[in-house]
Amino acid sequence: MIFAEQLTKSYKTKTEEVKALLSVDLNIPKGEMFGVIGPDGAGKTSLFRILTTLLLADSGTATVNGFDVVKDYAKIRQQIGYMPGRFSLYQDLTVEENLQFFATIFNTTIEENYSLIKDIYEQIAPFKNRRAGQLSGGMKQKLALSCALIHRPEVLFLDEPTTGVDAVSRKEFWQMLQKLKSDGLTILVSTPYMDEAEQCDRIALIQEGKILMNNTPKMVKTSFSDPLFAIRSDKMYQLLHDLRDFNLVNSAHIFGEYIHISSPVINQEVIVEKLKSNGHDQIQLKQIDPSIEDVFIKLLMHSESHEQISE
Amino acid sequence: MSKLANNEREVVISATELTKQFGDFIATNAITFEVYKGEIFGFLGANGAGKTTAMKMLCGLSTPTRGSATVAGFDVSTESEKIKRNIGYMSQKFSLYEDLTVTENIRFYAGIYGLSIPAIKEKTAALLQQLNMESQKNVLVKALPLGWKQKLAFSIAIIHDPAVVFLDEPTGGVDPITRREFWEMIYAAANRGTTAFVTTHYMDEAEYCNRISIMVDGKIEALGTPADLKTEFNSETMDDVFLKLARNAKRIGD
Repeated sequence: MIFAEQLTKSYKTKTEEVKALLSVDLNIPKGEMFGVIGPDGAGKTSLFRILTTLLLADSGTATVNGFDVVKDYAKIRQQIGYMPGRFSLYQDLTVEENLQFFATIFNTTIEENYSLIKDIYEQIAPFKNRRAGQLSGGMKQKLALSCALIHRPEVLFLDEPTTGVDAVSRKEFWQMLQKLKSDGLTILVSTPYMDEAEQCDRIALIQEGKILMNNTPKMVKTSFSDPLFAIRSDKMYQLLHDLRDFNLVNSAHIFGEYIHISSPVINQEVIVEKLKSNGHDQIQLKQIDPSIEDVFIKLLMHSESHEQISE
Repeated sequence: MSKLANNEREVVISATELTKQFGDFIATNAITFEVYKGEIFGFLGANGAGKTTAMKMLCGLSTPTRGSATVAGFDVSTESEKIKRNIGYMSQKFSLYEDLTVTENIRFYAGIYGLSIPAIKEKTAALLQQLNMESQKNVLVKALPLGWKQKLAFSIAIIHDPAVVFLDEPTGGVDPITRREFWEMIYAAANRGTTAFVTTHYMDEAEYCNRISIMVDGKIEALGTPADLKTEFNSETMDDVFLKLARNAKRIGD
């Protein structure tokens, strides 16, 4: 449904050239929920703009539903729904007027495709006479999704739909996306939040314009080959430095309440003894399954570009 | 942290029945809690729960309707100017001046916080060295990668060694390594005795805090270490704890 080959895009400023995308390949089958996971500035929005025919790539090709993003842009626009990262509806129009407007420009009516948006729109229908600018973050998000769906698109592009909304709205939003996927829609969604990656069929981890890995969430996690442990003690800040200074492990990163450590071989007794003798108490050490964030960190540590930044 | 291990906990923020009412609407409803020196305290709540209003009162920007609070020993109602001099603030939305260089930003904020000229010189040199940014000192802030900006913004927010630094979603949108480097800076500051008061939407960010409070409809409904809260609410993750509490919220959105 979405196909990209060697997509490359750079922006020139007065002093330098910023590479937004570097030889990006994608192949997303119909009906898949595909996640583009990466931090701000990784190239997610450039990729979305090229695929939604709003931006031209410097080189490479891409098709959406078999249509070329350059030659057949008009056809593509009829068949896709796009929710940009920044709220882009008309703030001065009401909820209902915004929806009406988007239905009209796609030559359809709210009634014709109401079944698709019913579950989402019903949640904001009590506020249909309120101006869009007066809505809360979660409600704006639901309205934007309704507007992106009103012409019954075949592919949905969602650029960071959950940034800035609270945990409850986020959860509801992902439930809506799962429902749309079960209705047969192909969905390309981007997010900077690793925990949302689990919701997707497949994900691409992207940083500085490059896809570092492209696979199912399960396979991404399996790619972390070294044993991974979580450790904590009564002196967390000191613990981080001790783990590194004594060369007890290859890598040590803080991870919420714990520090995640990994090495090809982890000798638990040696680590615990060494830490105890250095004044640590209440030491907890347990083997854990790697998360997507663990994998992303490992990939970044190995990528040359990040070394330049952090050195 | 090590500060929490001993029993003598110095209180840096103390709120008693702190309340803010706008007409009939009680944005913050009689919240009572304490935050200790060197602690990383997570202040969570859904949109519209009353977090921002509470934080404004604690920063001395809004006067409580009822109740009281002290920050760094100063009363939020009567000594707000003293509070402002003893706290730092950083958010993603407001941080540095993009059209000033790295050094100019440091000098500007250090000046605002009343540091002397020799102290500014000393701090600037130390900070540039710490951040490994000596070669970037004359670069405009807008030309820096996001991660560097965030780290610089945090260093500047604590340049006057404040008792408390308020951080609003400090690591949203940055890559996972920069994010960890950033938390290490927060841990280091806490280890030196600065209290970090963190507001965030993201529960995985909350897990980095020593203790967390969760606000629902203007009230603090839960308070404890991430581990305690998970046990109390019989949940595997903080996300789950938050959802169990916030699902009952009556207020809608912002």
